[in-house]
Amino acid sequence: MNTTYLAAESGGLAVEASGFFLENVWIIPAIMAVSFAIILGFGKRMPRGGSEVGIAAVGVCFILALLTAGQWIGQVNEAANCTPKTCDYIEYSIDGVDHKGEAGYIPLDYEAYASDQAHAADDTHADDGESHDTDAEAHGDEDGDHSDDEAHAEDDDHSDEGAYPIDTNAGSPDGESASALTAFTEAEAGSTAAAAVAVVSERTWWSNGGINFTIGTMVDGLTVTLLVVVTLVSMLVHIYSTDYVAGDRRFTHYFGFLSLFTAAMLFFVTSANVLQMIVGWELVGVCSFALIGHWWEEQPNSDAALKAFLTNRVGDMGLLIGMIILFFASNEKWSIIDINAAAILGEGKGGTSHTMLLIASLCLLAAVMSKSGQFFLHTWLPDAMAGPTPVSALIHAATMVVAGVYLIARLYGVFFNGLSIGGSSINALAVIGAVTTLVGASLAFVQDDIKKVLAYSTISQLGYMTLALGVGAWTAAVFHLTTHALFKACLFLGAGSVSHAVHSFDMKKDMGGMRKFMPTTYKTFLIGSIALAGLPPLAGFWSKDEILAGTGGWGFFEGESHANGAYTIMLVMGMITAAMTAAYMTRVMYLTFFGEFRGGHHDDDHGHAAAGAHDDHAHHGDPHESGPRILWPLRILAGLAVVAGLMNLPKNFLGLPSGITLRFEHFVEPLAATGYFPKISHADPSWSLAIFSTLVVAGAVGVAYWYYFVKVNAQSPSATEMINGPTERSKLLKAGHTMLKNRYYLDHIYDSGAAVGAAGATAMGSIFGAAAGLTLGFSLDNGLDQALWSSLIWGMVLGLTVFTIVYLALRTGTGIASFTKRPLAYAANWVHENVIDAAVDEVGKNSVKTADALYKYIDQGVIDGSVNAAGRGSQGAGGELRRWSTGQVQQYATVMFAGATLLAGLLIIVL
Amino acid sequence: MYLVQFLLLSSILFCIGVYGVLARRNAVLVLMSIELILNAVNINLIAFGAFNGAQIPAEVFALFIIAVAAAEVGVGLALVLTIYRNSKSIDLHQVDLLKG
Amino acid sequence: MITTVASMVSAPVLGAVVAQNVFFYLIAAVMVIAALRVVTTSNIVHAALYLVVVLAGVAAQFLLLGAEFVGVTQVLVYIGAVIVLFLFGIMLTRAKVGNEDGLDHDNVIPAILTAVLLVLVMGYAVVDFAGDEEIDVLGNSPTTVEQVSDSIFSTYIVAFEAISVLLLAALIGAIVVARKE
Repeated sequence: MNTTYLAAESGGLAVEASGFFLENVWIIPAIMAVSFAIILGFGKRMPRGGSEVGIAAVGVCFILALLTAGQWIGQVNEAANCTPKTCDYIEYSIDGVDHKGEAGYIPLDYEAYASDQAHAADDTHADDGESHDTDAEAHGDEDGDHSDDEAHAEDDDHSDEGAYPIDTNAGSPDGESASALTAFTEAEAGSTAAAAVAVVSERTWWSNGGINFTIGTMVDGLTVTLLVVVTLVSMLVHIYSTDYVAGDRRFTHYFGFLSLFTAAMLFFVTSANVLQMIVGWELVGVCSFALIGHWWEEQPNSDAALKAFLTNRVGDMGLLIGMIILFFASNEKWSIIDINAAAILGEGKGGTSHTMLLIASLCLLAAVMSKSGQFFLHTWLPDAMAGPTPVSALIHAATMVVAGVYLIARLYGVFFNGLSIGGSSINALAVIGAVTTLVGASLAFVQDDIKKVLAYSTISQLGYMTLALGVGAWTAAVFHLTTHALFKACLFLGAGSVSHAVHSFDMKKDMGGMRKFMPTTYKTFLIGSIALAGLPPLAGFWSKDEILAGTGGWGFFEGESHANGAYTIMLVMGMITAAMTAAYMTRVMYLTFFGEFRGGHHDDDHGHAAAGAHDDHAHHGDPHESGPRILWPLRILAGLAVVAGLMNLPKNFLGLPSGITLRFEHFVEPLAATGYFPKISHADPSWSLAIFSTLVVAGAVGVAYWYYFVKVNAQSPSATEMINGPTERSKLLKAGHTMLKNRYYLDHIYDSGAAVGAAGATAMGSIFGAAAGLTLGFSLDNGLDQALWSSLIWGMVLGLTVFTIVYLALRTGTGIASFTKRPLAYAANWVHENVIDAAVDEVGKNSVKTADALYKYIDQGVIDGSVNAAGRGSQGAGGELRRWSTGQVQQYATVMFAGATLLAGLLIIVL
Repeated sequence: MYLVQFLLLSSILFCIGVYGVLARRNAVLVLMSIELILNAVNINLIAFGAFNGAQIPAEVFALFIIAVAAAEVGVGLALVLTIYRNSKSIDLHQVDLLKG
Repeated sequence: MITTVASMVSAPVLGAVVAQNVFFYLIAAVMVIAALRVVTTSNIVHAALYLVVVLAGVAAQFLLLGAEFVGVTQVLVYIGAVIVLFLFGIMLTRAKVGNEDGLDHDNVIPAILTAVLLVLVMGYAVVDFAGDEEIDVLGNSPTTVEQVSDSIFSTYIVAFEAISVLLLAALIGAIVVARKE
């Protein structure tokens, strides 16, 4: 195995990063976890029901996250300004035994390195790039140690794969690959770039059967980005919630779970290994379940929570299987860095085989689809809007749902090589992303519920991120994740502010003309909408445009090239989505804030959601603006939505120096020289593409504006749709509309007949079974034939089993949902009342009980008992003797035990 | 760590288990108390194993005890079920067929 | 766990020992309290849940002693299977899920006396026998599943077969006993 991939693969250099906050980042999730415990234990006794603890904790975390980010930026700068003379480059070390810094541990612990090093022992690692390279070659030659005979052939492979040549569908391969290489060199040239390596601090948790299970943190640019985003949005949501859910009957419980969720998400993003990721992944799922079902007294809410949970379970299967495959495929390593490094190393050089990577990344894709709401497992996300609005903003827009995107970004080596993203024009990830983004955007058109529009919009934007990752635009995806978190949180909180005023989410029935009543909410919502639509210069524009450029362009605009492949279809779909996004946001703006107020009739049937928390003042005439605790988060988020795009200005933008442009990429994206990140190319920014996409967006806004603000408004200021509009005139449009209204019938398919559901489940089961079988076959070293047989058999077995179970479950008419629902809700309530409350009560009760027991046993039992016993003793031997044969087995046992004890005691004393 | 720590802990658990066996009327609770006793024994085994450096035999026998305990619970609960079916109660106080 | 931490960090063995002791007493305290609740609570479902705490504590003690595989098995078999069996037992015998009077026998006092006597005798014997013997967990070489299974299938094969037959007998016995009619 080749341990020198660092220098050999990339030709770059890696420098260890270090720093107090980077090494001790575990403090951040720990604070939130402690906050959760405190709120749950003592929150009810606190003057503000525990919310003060949550806000304080998340505030501290936000500051710590900023400090961590600052330290990371410092480290990256330091590394970038390094010259071989001034810096200590990473020595190739094993098992962390002799690595230089305290943290910053590069896990080059493939066993074969030992022998390599033995050979190269006299080969001093001079602190000089050139000699590193020669060193690398020396190591490469010694590959013969383990891969038998092809040392030189392998070396050739090596240099070929190092550049990930773009596979060309047209044109000569040689020329293209050369240009890709040049592009790469150019991209790297700007920064003389020694790469700052992620800071990993790990401790062995436990070990079993020779495998170490470690627990620890890994911090790099991606991690600090998520840390800052999560803590920022969470903090604002905390503050917002103090007003929004004020007076709720489970106020404390709500804040407790906000804390737990934040802790889980922070734990997830700081994970150093995939096991921790699984734990964090499931924890955020549980919190999501608890918060969606926050008002579980109403059937739809608890149904939605259950649906979210069960849909996520489907994907979790994929997660588990994928992680297990990765574990075995990458030499039994759990560490993210090891897995990525092995994946990037490639099969020929002792890394993970391509087949394994493909299967693993497809399994993980299933997990991503469920968690990040990708087509066709997205159906839970709109239903999840049953939870309180701040929760929707925090969990179902800004943070939890991006866990899937984060997973791909984190294990990008696996996905990049497994799905052959570089140099291709289509792959599973990009297709899923592109379809999702279109499906989400089209469904957002027909929703009347403002939160549902935003939910489908979230699905669509998550699809955008997945698409970006699928086409190799890693930085663009993470950048979009960040900007989207800001403006989508702003939109959701704005929607919450509106619904807070009108006690409803229905745009057509209860909103309209809100601009007059809620000027601040209107302004912030407008900014959020423009950012989402992607008009310059707001945040959404920059990230969206980067993704579009990252697809590789149309091929007929100037300057667009050097991307990872030619994903023209994705570009077209992304462009259509951009237009649709702009149009549906215009529709939302009109229905909510313009026209005439249609609400004011507060019947009891609007008792759900926000209204539920505010039964106390359900009486007012006109809606009014929300309070400062709601408005300030909105203002902050809107402000950030305006400026966030400046974080990653395109290269050479308006002739700005390189110290200002591409900052996000510079600080967040790991360089290939770190060894755990694939070598990806960066698309060049294209003015023409940017202008074209802006025109498309502006055109879509114009059309929607004309339809709503002109045509519909002219009809009547309180109208919501055209009478005799296009959908009523054209049968085709009508059919389309009906189909969208029914959400592509996906929910019907999932809910309808036993056979269909069973068939879907069977397909899933077969796929997983086949994957498992294949892994099993390979891991037992049985060769391809055996593996395929094993795959076939396991696929059939698992498929049949699943079919039988699901079919029976559905046929009995109960269905999985209703089968688990009542016991689940019952159990949750029971745990709440009997475990949590009881734990508190128990302390009080026990002291009473002690006194009680004193009376009962000591006073009544011992003292009175001995008096009575004296009395009974005098009742005569006959009666006494009769008592011994009561038939009570336990009395007999008592005598036996007491006798045996006495004898034993005697024995001890005597001996 | 001292060996006696573990031995004392297991003694306490054992005695609590004995108390449960002797004092509880519900048959299922009695079975639970028996589990306490068996676990106390297991702690002893493992502690002595670690003390003597004979970890492997200790672990093997601890595993055997776990297996036996599982069997015991199975049969015990079957018995409890039968008692319940026959007398509509699992109150050991009422199971006094041995009464003379 | 701690063994490996200690072997990684060579100097602060003392720290590891202190940590072991701290954890031991923490877990032991929790176990004893939970065990007491098992035999005193008036809610039968609570008793089963407290039993979970005790069993988990036992597993934790196994980990402290370096017997990871037994610890894991303990969790799997006891907390995973046996407790479920108990809960089924509670359910099938239609015990009240809630507080219930009269779970205690009327020979509580003799039982307490016996138990206290027993703990005194055993405590005396134990302290007398092993008052200052130290367990050197850090010095022991960690055991692997491989070693345990090797041992089961070679040295203790007879015992293993006996256990197998016992389990089979228990299985059949349980069915025969619990069968209707």
